[in-house]
This record gives sequence, C-alpha cells and structure tokens, in this order.
Amino acid sequence: MSLLDYFRISKPKSADIAKERLQILVAHERAARNPRPSYLPQLQKELLEVIRKYVNVDQDAISVNFEQDDNQETLELNIVLPDYQQENKTINS
Amino acid sequence: MARIIVVTSGKGGVGKTTTSAAIAMGLAKRGHKTAVIDFDVGLRNLDLIMGCERRVVYDFINVINGEASLNQALIRDKNCNLLYILPASQTRDKDALTLEGVGKVLDELSGDFQYIVCDSPAGIEKGAYLALYYADDAFVVTNPEISSVRDSDRMLGILASKSRRAENNEEPVKEFLLLTRYDPSRVKSGEMLGLDDVQDILSLHLLGIIPESKSVLTASNAGMPVILDEKSEAGQAYEDVVARYLGEDRPHRFIEDKKGFFRKLFGGKS
Ligand SMILES: Nc1ncnc2c1ncn2[C@@H]1O[C@H](COP(=O)(O)OP(=O)(O)O)[C@@H](O)[C@H]1O
Ligand SMILES: [Mg+2]
Repeated sequence: MSLLDYFRISKPKSADIAKERLQILVAHERAARNPRPSYLPQLQKELLEVIRKYVNVDQDAISVNFEQDDNQETLELNIVLPDYQQENKTINS
Repeated sequence: MARIIVVTSGKGGVGKTTTSAAIAMGLAKRGHKTAVIDFDVGLRNLDLIMGCERRVVYDFINVINGEASLNQALIRDKNCNLLYILPASQTRDKDALTLEGVGKVLDELSGDFQYIVCDSPAGIEKGAYLALYYADDAFVVTNPEISSVRDSDRMLGILASKSRRAENNEEPVKEFLLLTRYDPSRVKSGEMLGLDDVQDILSLHLLGIIPESKSVLTASNAGMPVILDEKSEAGQAYEDVVARYLGEDRPHRFIEDKKGFFRKLFGGKS
C-alpha cells in the first residue's frame, strides 16, 4: 500500500450509506406495489388462440412472464412447440 | 376552474404546512385568487401559521355537514385580500371528512378560485388520501433524510394509483419536488443526502430547494407565512418556487455551501 492510498482510505460518508440503503429499499417497495399488469391473463389467452390457428399446442404450452427492475419492464413470452413427429401424427390421423 | 394543488409528504414535520402557507400567499400576491385548506382534522395548524387562529368560527367539517356555508367558513387573509383560509376542525376526528363531502366543497370553491392548496396531514391513511384525491398537481415536500425520501416515494405510488385522475384514467397528477430543510454545509461534509442523491431516487421535476432557516420559526411565531419575509433565504426560495410553478425560468439557489471560511469561523447567520 502506497502512502497515497493510505490517505485516500476514509470511512464511507454517512450520506452515501443512506443513499445505498434507500435505493435498495425503494426498488423493493416499487416492485411490490406494481404487481403484474392486469392485462396479462387476457394477453395469454389471446396469444394462445392465435398460435392454435397454426400449431396444435396445449393450454400450458405458453407462459407469459413479467419482470420489473429499476429502469425497465420485461415481458417474456415462452411457447413450447410440440414434437415434429407428434405433430405429423395428429395431422395425419 | 381552479387548479387543485396538494402539498403532501407521507412523513410528518417535513414542512407541508409551512409550504402550503407560503405558496398560497405567493400565488395570491401574484394576483391569483387562492384558497388554502387545512386537511389535518384534529390537529389544525394552518390557521396558526397564517395568523388567523382567532378569527376561526366555522371549519371545513361544518361546511361539509351543512352547518355553515362556505362563505361563512372562509377567512380572508389579513395581508392579502385574494387569499382565503378554510381551517380544519379541532374537535372532530378524521372520519368526519368524506370523499363526497370534500369533492362538494372543492367543486364549489372551483367556481370562484384560481388555485386551491390542500395542506395534507401526515401519514398515508384516509386524511392524506382525501387531501390528494382531487389534486391536479402534487407538491411532494421532502427532507434530505432517509425516512422522508422513502415516504415521498410511497406517496408517489399512491398518487399514481389512488387519485381521481388515476382512477379515471386521466392525465396523471403532475408531481413536483420541494426539497426542504436543506443544509448545504452538511451535504458538503457528507452527513446529509444531497439534491442529486434524492433525485437519483425520486427523479421528479424540482420546484425548489428550501434551505434550513431560522426565519421559518420566526415567521411562524408571528403568524406570517415565511414568503412575506423577503430578506430571508427561505422566503426567497419559496418566492422562486411560486414563480417556477407559474412557468418562470429561474436558476436554483441555496444548493451550494456559501459560507466562507470567515463566516464559518465567526458563525454566519442563516
Ligand atoms: N426550511 C425550514 N427551516 C427551518 N425549519 C423549518 C423549515 N421548514 C419547516 N420547518 C419547521 O419544521 C417544523 C414542521 O414544519 P411543518 O410545516 O409544520 O411540517 P408538516 O406540516 O409537514 O408537519 C416546524 O417547526 C417548522 O417551523
Ligand atoms: Mg402540517
């Protein structure tokens, strides 16, 4: 450790500690009071209808996830397509 | 149609009543007919800060209950004839205020006034909710201190979800930040959250910084809104706030620690 480093080391300022604690707390509280948007179930239902026009999928083959952090909201859509062969079977039968 | 302003914070003792009195006076002095309403039922204070406590005959609850007309209850300010005060009841409890009752009074005032300032009680319960419900604009009074910033953030959540504008899917309540009891020297030494720290969390439109100032106590002792003390920093800061709210572009003051070495040494007056 150089002499310079020695002088630079100081306790974090108490305002900095306060700010860090606040940022964590506020992010949690914001997430808690903004639960999933209310349109999600309807969106999921309609998406399923559209997809079923083209592919024969199960009710639970589709999942819609909503996530939120400090500065963005993410909507994650997951569709599990059926096996190709299985698909063929259904179409052939 | 009046513009309805709520002065809110969540936390108590941050300067809501001081602010309500100052900005109501500021708006009225600039020629806008203004009413300021004390929503702190049971703990009324606004009349003291405005210096009209001995002229209170009827109050907000009397008007809601039809025991007095609005004209009987409104008190004209002694310094400015465009300013009127509607005091809170000292004896009733908070349940005497109802959403419909408050709406009726604000509606009636709206016809005659340009601005209605609602001085919110502390807390996030019914009283604070009723004060903010009908608001067009919210002045969020915040101290540079951890629990005040947190409560302000919770208040913002309530404004965004429970106000009339939110319920009716109208344009949201406009939110403004007033950072009060600010002490630049303590910010500089790292003991107090600074403007940037608070804005990193709240990111609101800043209406002004009100410095911690002895003149606030002196003004409340005299029953005179501090904005009338044009020599004081707090008075000037509130004057700026009103000007900015009305659309004037003024640089922010009272952010820097101005006390020079000598003033510090000999104890400068704030
Ligand atoms: N800028 C300021 N400088 C110094 N004291 C202040 C300032 N603003 C408010 N105060 C004091 O803080 C206390 C609480 O203020 P008040 O306006 O009654 O807060 P609230 O209505 O939010 O409870 C009062 O004693 C008041 O004089
Ligand atoms: Mg108060």
